[in-house]
Amino acid sequence: MSKYVIIGNSTAGIAAAEAIRKTDKKGSLTIISEEKGAAYGRPLISYYLQGVTTDETLPYRPADFYEKLNITLKDGVKAEKIDPSGKKVYLSDGESVSYDKLLVATGSVPFVPPANGLDEVREKFTFYTIEDARKLKAALKPDTRLLIIGAGLIGLKCMEGAYEITHDITVIDLADRVLSSVLDEDCAKIVSKKIDEKGVRLVLNDKVKEFHENYCVTDGGVKVEFDVLVTAVGVKPNVSLVADAGGKINRGIVTDLKQRTSLPDVYAAGDCTVSHDASSGADKIMAVLPNAYLQGETAGFNMSGDDREICNLVPLNSIGFFGVHVLSAGSTQGAMLEQKGEDFIKRFFVKDNRLTGFILIGNYDRAGILLSLIRERVPLDTVDFKAMTLLPELAFFPKTVRREKLDR
Amino acid sequence: MKKVHVNEDKCLGCRLCEYWCAFSHSGEKYMPDAFNLQKPPVPRIVVEENDKITFAVACRHCDDAICVKSCISGALSKQADGTVLVDESKCVGCHTCVLVCPFGAIRMDEGKAVKKCDLCLKTGGVPSCVQHCPNRAIVYEER
Ligand SMILES: Cc1cc2nc3c(=O)[nH]c(=O)nc-3n(C[C@H](O)[C@H](O)[C@H](O)COP(=O)(O)OP(=O)(O)OC[C@H]3O[C@@H](n4cnc5c(N)ncnc54)[C@H](O)[C@@H]3O)c2cc1C
Repeated sequence: MSKYVIIGNSTAGIAAAEAIRKTDKKGSLTIISEEKGAAYGRPLISYYLQGVTTDETLPYRPADFYEKLNITLKDGVKAEKIDPSGKKVYLSDGESVSYDKLLVATGSVPFVPPANGLDEVREKFTFYTIEDARKLKAALKPDTRLLIIGAGLIGLKCMEGAYEITHDITVIDLADRVLSSVLDEDCAKIVSKKIDEKGVRLVLNDKVKEFHENYCVTDGGVKVEFDVLVTAVGVKPNVSLVADAGGKINRGIVTDLKQRTSLPDVYAAGDCTVSHDASSGADKIMAVLPNAYLQGETAGFNMSGDDREICNLVPLNSIGFFGVHVLSAGSTQGAMLEQKGEDFIKRFFVKDNRLTGFILIGNYDRAGILLSLIRERVPLDTVDFKAMTLLPELAFFPKTVRREKLDR
Repeated sequence: MKKVHVNEDKCLGCRLCEYWCAFSHSGEKYMPDAFNLQKPPVPRIVVEENDKITFAVACRHCDDAICVKSCISGALSKQADGTVLVDESKCVGCHTCVLVCPFGAIRMDEGKAVKKCDLCLKTGGVPSCVQHCPNRAIVYEER
């Protein structure tokens, strides 16, 4: 009987457990989780802050999930060390577990850069776990002045959630635009406009020079008074367990297409890994939930003896802020094609007769058809791509291809 | 499993499937009550139309459903009977499923949970779009 151990009880870990149980119903399966309780979709923490998600709707899987899949969940316990030769994981409660196959699905950790005076700030938070969201929610009152450092995805989702409680919000970012890792200048403007309309102050192209207990001063000379501080400048892959055990790291944990690390019988999946972007050919930290699932699933299948390789991973994101939805996928390589209207913008990137990426704001009905063009590397001269930039439809594929797609 | 299949050579493009789908999921008993609401209900089947062809597309209830794997909340799930369903109480409307469904079969409902084909399992029997297709272009069968 095989012994499977998974470190991390989030998307990648759960995906692996689901895959393992498809191939091996008998082996013992243990999940070690630093966070307490059942798994939840991490992106839900901003919806929890907002009051859209509740304790009842938070869990990622039904209440009987762990029992049904015969999983031993060791929660509130941290894995401290992997011994790859003895095939053991040492835990913070002094115990150890041995494994035949191990998955490291430790995700990301919020990155808090050192800053002058940060120690003086009493009410400060990161925004990564449900525990963070609960604490922040308890600290926010309708008249709280909230300062968020970071106008990336996490900072802005935090802003949106917190806005339900307080409107007095300032967001500071080093970049010259919001969501700088996903959006170009024109697209970012559409999002900032909505944020401005809501009365949230954006301080861009600037950074905090020094913090004091209840205010900060930026390099640009802006003084911002606040009661509560959230640092959301970014996350980095949580690689330490594998790094300490001598596994190969290249910013993230390096794996092959079967999600195997360089350590024998140790697999890795999700945000903690570096993955191959099929749209650009580059190795990247993607850190998005759908890819964490796909990698975790692939790892789980391989751990339990069902040979699979991961393919067609591309960066992708679908996020809304105050009702403005931004969908992006792939990379921005190649020539740009644009469709624009009063309340929408669509940008497409095309190279070598293939779609490499897109950004869609305000108009994205049936966007998945476009994503399939990237993932399946469909030669654009075999479809009516021009028509698809207006409205993606299966009608623009040749009849035989469409038949094959739909007849399943 | 039995699914909704569309014969594009027979589809008239009348969109009755869209109307019946929207109506039968609206909770109303009388069709005009559903469509005279301030915001008409969203159909979960979509008719595509260009100068050459028309046909309807609905969820394929994929075995390896990418929407389920990509769902950030766990609202989308694959049931034991093979149907892919959305738990509307859990959906936060992030539209990641809209971004990943290669059929464009997940529909948006402004500010609310996404809508998709549920094979009319709750109302029982044959899906409404199939029942009301005047040219028998839509069928409910195993393939
Ligand atoms: C506010 C916010 C919004 C987001 N929105 C989106 C979105 O809209 N769309 C999207 O695709 N992605 C979004 N993301 C990113 C998404 O949450 C991640 O990509 C996804 O959760 C990655 O899953 P994972 O399983 O790899 O890791 P994680 O979710 O990071 O989980 C790793 C788990 O491992 C545990 N762990 C780590 N080290 C140890 C250890 N040594 N021992 C025991 N346990 C350990 C951690 O406690 C954690 O629970 C968002 C993230 C945040 C924070």
